[in-house]
Amino acid sequence: MYGGTRAKRASFAAIGLAATFALVLTGCTPSSETENKPAASSGGSLVVGVTSDPDTLFPWKATQFQAVNVLQNLYGTLTEFDTDLKVVPGLAESWEVSDDGLAVTMKLREDVTFADGSTFGSEDVKFSLEKIKDAATAAVAASSLASVASVEAPDEATVVLTLSAPDAALLANLAVINLAMLSSDDTEETLNKTPNGTGPFVLGERVASQSITLDKNDEYWGDKALLDSVEFRVIPDESSIVSAMQSGNVQMAVFDDPLVAETAKGNQLTVTETPQLSYHALQLNATKGALTDVNVRLAIQCAIDRQEVLDTAALGEGEVTGPITSPAYRSDPKSRPCPERDLDKAAEYLEKAGLADGVTVKAIVSQGEYATSTNEAQNLKAQLAEAKINLEIEVLESGAYVDRWVAADFEAAVALNGGRPDPDGMYGRYFTSTGNLNKVAGYSSPELDALFAEGRQTSDPDERAEIYEKVSDELEDNAAWIWLFTSYTYTVTANNVDGFVPMVNGSLQYLRTTSLK
Amino acid sequence: MLSTITRHPVLSRVLGAAATLLGVAVFVFIMLRAIPGDQITAGLGTEAAALSPAQRASLEAYYGLDQPLLVQFFTWLGNIFTGNLGFSSRAQESVLDLTLQSLPVTLELALFSIVLALVIGIPLGMMSASKPDSPRDAIGQVVGLAGLSVPAFLLATTLLAVLASSFGFNPNGQAFARFFDNPILNLQQMLLPAIVLGFGIAAPIMRTTRTAVLEIRSNDFIRTARAKGVPPRRLQVKHVLGNALVPIVTMTGLQFGYLLGGAVVVEQIFSLPGIGRQVLLGIQQKEYALVQSTVLVIALSFVLVNLFTDLLYRIIDPRVRAA
Repeated sequence: MYGGTRAKRASFAAIGLAATFALVLTGCTPSSETENKPAASSGGSLVVGVTSDPDTLFPWKATQFQAVNVLQNLYGTLTEFDTDLKVVPGLAESWEVSDDGLAVTMKLREDVTFADGSTFGSEDVKFSLEKIKDAATAAVAASSLASVASVEAPDEATVVLTLSAPDAALLANLAVINLAMLSSDDTEETLNKTPNGTGPFVLGERVASQSITLDKNDEYWGDKALLDSVEFRVIPDESSIVSAMQSGNVQMAVFDDPLVAETAKGNQLTVTETPQLSYHALQLNATKGALTDVNVRLAIQCAIDRQEVLDTAALGEGEVTGPITSPAYRSDPKSRPCPERDLDKAAEYLEKAGLADGVTVKAIVSQGEYATSTNEAQNLKAQLAEAKINLEIEVLESGAYVDRWVAADFEAAVALNGGRPDPDGMYGRYFTSTGNLNKVAGYSSPELDALFAEGRQTSDPDERAEIYEKVSDELEDNAAWIWLFTSYTYTVTANNVDGFVPMVNGSLQYLRTTSLK
Repeated sequence: MLSTITRHPVLSRVLGAAATLLGVAVFVFIMLRAIPGDQITAGLGTEAAALSPAQRASLEAYYGLDQPLLVQFFTWLGNIFTGNLGFSSRAQESVLDLTLQSLPVTLELALFSIVLALVIGIPLGMMSASKPDSPRDAIGQVVGLAGLSVPAFLLATTLLAVLASSFGFNPNGQAFARFFDNPILNLQQMLLPAIVLGFGIAAPIMRTTRTAVLEIRSNDFIRTARAKGVPPRRLQVKHVLGNALVPIVTMTGLQFGYLLGGAVVVEQIFSLPGIGRQVLLGIQQKEYALVQSTVLVIALSFVLVNLFTDLLYRIIDPRVRAA
């Protein structure tokens, strides 16, 4: 008994010791970083919390969100998007398209230099575009240049792109960071370690899987960045990023999970919602099983209340959408065979398909790729069950999902797909019979082929809007896929962050206009 | 010849360790390739569907995926013996360099956690054992049960969220500081994760201590010692605890080994660039060589910890020394 008391005393002593140790530690230094205290007016160092560091620094191969966001600030493109996603001059100061639409002559900006000090010129454009087209480079945007037959550089400040067919989407495609202009002296190996771009920032320091710091580029051709540096700090857990913002260590972060954004509200933090181009959909593969019958697909379309999916799976944080999500061409979500859920019509379609007793469709769902996937699938399953459509859900780890998706090995897929500003860039690759994603889309038709071709040949914005409205109707009338909703991203900023403009394509290009008050 | 080797105490252990490591290497190699996807789809995601066959072939050659599996395995194994653990294209650093940075972080964290666990677990176990089925035993048991059943991620996120939002205290929100660069910040950053892990490990240590102490106390030599008039404190520490140490050391060794790879959840939440996170990132990116080599390093550390535990037995228990 006596010894027991001793042991107890010892344990109290130990706990006391640990507590003292803790107090000493916490008392020793202030918990917020002094280095991040903003300077008086401009300048200063912004810390952006990210869950992962870039998986590559080579712009032509970067598809990961974090990589694209970093590279966007390091490299330049021939054209750029403004806040409304209109194509504006970038490294090309101006351009002229020939009357037959087969030649694009670009006047390049002069006095542009790369981070290593070398001068940017037409030979770099020729080099970059030709390399991107080369299959050996394995550039992800090679197909965006499919219409480009040759690139000539008649003088230092001029490039002429000769096209095999008119391509009205080309100028918008050129604004994507996967078509960044690299110096003709550089190779992938060197750029993987040392980025060398023409962007508003240059690489400062990288600590693998911990942080990547960009410094202001004093030689930038446009308005110079206001910040001295931007650090992308890797904090793998999203709620830990919120904690780091609440303790003042991190001043900015972008989330796509509404629940996480909710926890960040208040506490000197501002949350800005931005609608996104990316869209949630139930992809149907019209080459597989019962889905080959358009009536089955239409039955599915009529049996789903999209608002309900949005409300149950994503807290109602988003907007019901049709196929095209780009603001300038946005599809009217009411323009579809069943704008509202209609179970009678669904039953009619099933009867037409000879499946009045019901049908089973298998769907793949990714676990962990994005927050709402399984909830969406569950709700879709519940709604479809009421229309005698059995949605058999197969939940896959995200790597397994990507594998099946890439191989088009599915009947249906609950998906969150990226959108693009130009509808041709967005869907041409999916829904034209020669598109490189047509196998995954599982649907094409001569009508769509003709419409997309027409859209590429027309540069008049109004005419194009009309054409893509027809594309949108064609997709909905045939229930190629079931488009559900677009969601928001949530840009959380500390109250001293000023001038950042979130974009609907998720780009962080306006870090260059951001400052710390 | 073979039997002399297998009977030799040191040689047989070394051989056993080598066989274990080879087994781990083969197992990890196969498991990694059994996971769907490869470095190409891991990097490009669904965009990989847009690759033309020529592009895909170029990428496979780049990542060495076009080689037969046996060639991949033996090239990697051969490289290990020359000290080349592979190259991470994500980090643009050699796996050796990455491991030299991440292993010390995890070792430091594991050490702090174990010390904390021992400081909490042993006294708590002795307190429980001092009067079984009494209120104080119940308290000890409840704390032990809590340590076992509260998931680390829950405790970790709660601690972090409460301290950050209520007190603005969050050393882990700052860039990670290495011990030799900024020891004070480094210790602060280790504090919360060590508490979370230490609390979890204190539980098995407390239970082992309690059982071992109870068992030793019922032995005749304890009664004899007490009858001889050994002071109670000396009796508890030297005679009871001293003899109960073997199972406690075994448990501690096991837990330490587990921490080398198993602290990954806590490393994630507290943004510690440890070796568990290195493996996790490697698996996510399907960087085969990185994962294989890192797991091998972890397995090697585990083997070494076990060896060290065995050596400790010899010091603690004269009977093992004699044998």
